[in-house]
Amino acid sequence: MVGIGLDIGSTASKGVLIHDNNQHYREILPTGWSPREAAGQLIEKLIYHAGLERSDISRIYATGYGRIAISDADKTITEIKCHARGVSILHPEVRTIIDIGGQDSKVIKVNETGQVIDFAMNDKCAAGTGRFLQVTATALGMDVSELAQAEDRSQMISINSMCTVFAESEIIGLIASGVSRNGVIAGLHQSVGKRVSAMARRLGIQEKIAFTGGVAINNGVRRALSEELSCEIIIPDLCQFTGALGAALLACE
Amino acid sequence: MADYRQMWSDLGMDLEKHDILCEVLPDAFGGVYLSQENRPEGMDYFNFVVAEIHGVRPAELIEHQQNGGKVFGTFCVYVPDEIIFAAGGIATGLCGGSQFWVPGGEKVLPANTCPLIKASVGARLDGTCPFFKIADMYIGETTCDGKKKAWEILNQDVPVYVMDLPQMKREKDLQAWEGEIKSLMQKVEEVTGNKITIEALAENIKLINEKRNALARLYAFRKNSPVPISGKDALLITQIAFYDDPGRFTDQLNSLCDELDKRVSAGEGVFPADVPRIMITGTPMAIPNWKLHHVVETLGAAVVVEELCTGVRYFENPVNQSGSSLDEQVQALAERYMKTNCACFTPNQGRVEDILRLAEEYGVDGIIDCNLQFCGLYSTESYLVQQALKKAGIPVIHIETDYSEQDFEQIRTRVEAFLEMLEK
Repeated sequence: MVGIGLDIGSTASKGVLIHDNNQHYREILPTGWSPREAAGQLIEKLIYHAGLERSDISRIYATGYGRIAISDADKTITEIKCHARGVSILHPEVRTIIDIGGQDSKVIKVNETGQVIDFAMNDKCAAGTGRFLQVTATALGMDVSELAQAEDRSQMISINSMCTVFAESEIIGLIASGVSRNGVIAGLHQSVGKRVSAMARRLGIQEKIAFTGGVAINNGVRRALSEELSCEIIIPDLCQFTGALGAALLACE
Repeated sequence: MADYRQMWSDLGMDLEKHDILCEVLPDAFGGVYLSQENRPEGMDYFNFVVAEIHGVRPAELIEHQQNGGKVFGTFCVYVPDEIIFAAGGIATGLCGGSQFWVPGGEKVLPANTCPLIKASVGARLDGTCPFFKIADMYIGETTCDGKKKAWEILNQDVPVYVMDLPQMKREKDLQAWEGEIKSLMQKVEEVTGNKITIEALAENIKLINEKRNALARLYAFRKNSPVPISGKDALLITQIAFYDDPGRFTDQLNSLCDELDKRVSAGEGVFPADVPRIMITGTPMAIPNWKLHHVVETLGAAVVVEELCTGVRYFENPVNQSGSSLDEQVQALAERYMKTNCACFTPNQGRVEDILRLAEEYGVDGIIDCNLQFCGLYSTESYLVQQALKKAGIPVIHIETDYSEQDFEQIRTRVEAFLEMLEK
């Protein structure tokens, strides 16, 4: 049995191949302008690394915002169900998953068997998402990947604007006033943590909490989220791949 | 649509702008409605009414005016149509349900106003809807702050009469509402020049009750599994109820119901019997807002009941017909309308009770609580609705949206995940 799970996100496309329930292969690449093309490349790379042929693949399940564009997929499933499935295999003790991706953030409550009990997603707004960090990093003349390293918690400047566009203007104003850039960065991380933890509290949080998605790579946001929720959070290894892993597991069922 | 350009031009409409709307509507309707499979034949009438939405009915209203009659535009299920018809007037619902009208409203309203108000104001000010142009007078009400101020702005362009709807349901509030209905009577008599008689009011209470009964009959068929009519079609019928001729509407709906009766006996449905059964509760869905129903039903679930103004709030609780004086009749009207549960009341426990009752009656698997963006009343009340539903063990999801298509995919993902959650 060979199952492939594809998680076509707004920024990155992730793929996981599971071979006979024990061997896992994974790939990640930028989604770019064509989700379909990204999916095709992922499938090719996964098959190549696993030393398999296209005909060896039993099923391909797609998730993520680009899922509907994937003609190779046998089935599409929402990222909510896939993250729940992927996280619960890695950390069965987790009851709340916080996922922050490129264009949305979500909070998912799961039971002991990894089934979704309830969930919440951000409204059509970039606040509390990877996009918020990307746009504000640009305003600071940085790449989003450099933010975590640069933050200075001790000089944190609070960012009041929830709206990404207003936050960008606020940052430009702050820089002009000569405050610590790295303090501003800490404030940005805190802003994401605040926004997402408010959504989580509204849904009701139960420990343990896992943090997944591309933004979970950022140590600053991890710190801020943990502070805002006043509890430990688990970062699964391969935190960017839990959706693709869940899709692959479901494809193997 | 047939050619009504002369009529639209005589109404002072912006023909060029209106043409854009006329161009997109058939595609939108075709994509959402005509693509459905196994629709009842009785939907033909309602398809026709929508296809000719800015033609046939407006022409009838103009003919009524040419014969000396008056047309009253309304925006809310609390405004008693019975009074208007009893004075020889015609009531027609005016709520705007398209993004097309929103920019027109934003010229005068804050951007953070609900899309229903923005679209309604925009449709009037931009001159892109014949109904808004035809109405001699608008009947507003005090159901939210946005509307209260919008009436003042609209009143600069068209006479607006506002009914003061109480915000609580104590005995003195019921009496106050009776007084408001009497004031409306006076106003309508003054505008139409016709005195409302006991006989005329009795006749029109019966007329509107018959419309309510036909809608109740339609909804009762939706309690069956498999469901004999889609939620989208039921929503369309309810939307049309707001502006069609009441007598003709009732006749057409009853013949559709006869067909549904046969379908139910034959065990025939538009969805398989095992699909998730969804209730939608929240803010009204004015025509042509079919967004959420379309998302749900294209994902393979069935919308079986709407606890909405464009749903059960419109037709539940018929008016007591036994009144033998105008006072008694007005009292019966006041009692009936005050039974409707809207988030503009405090407390509004009745709505939660309605939702729980309907969930049971319609065999609902999950509930989507959906409000239009910037509706503070319904979005705040959502907390209490969700709390009660969770306590009752009924899955619920809250969605906030507007008329634009931008968030279509995001909403789809949420609804799809909700349906996946119901599967287990």
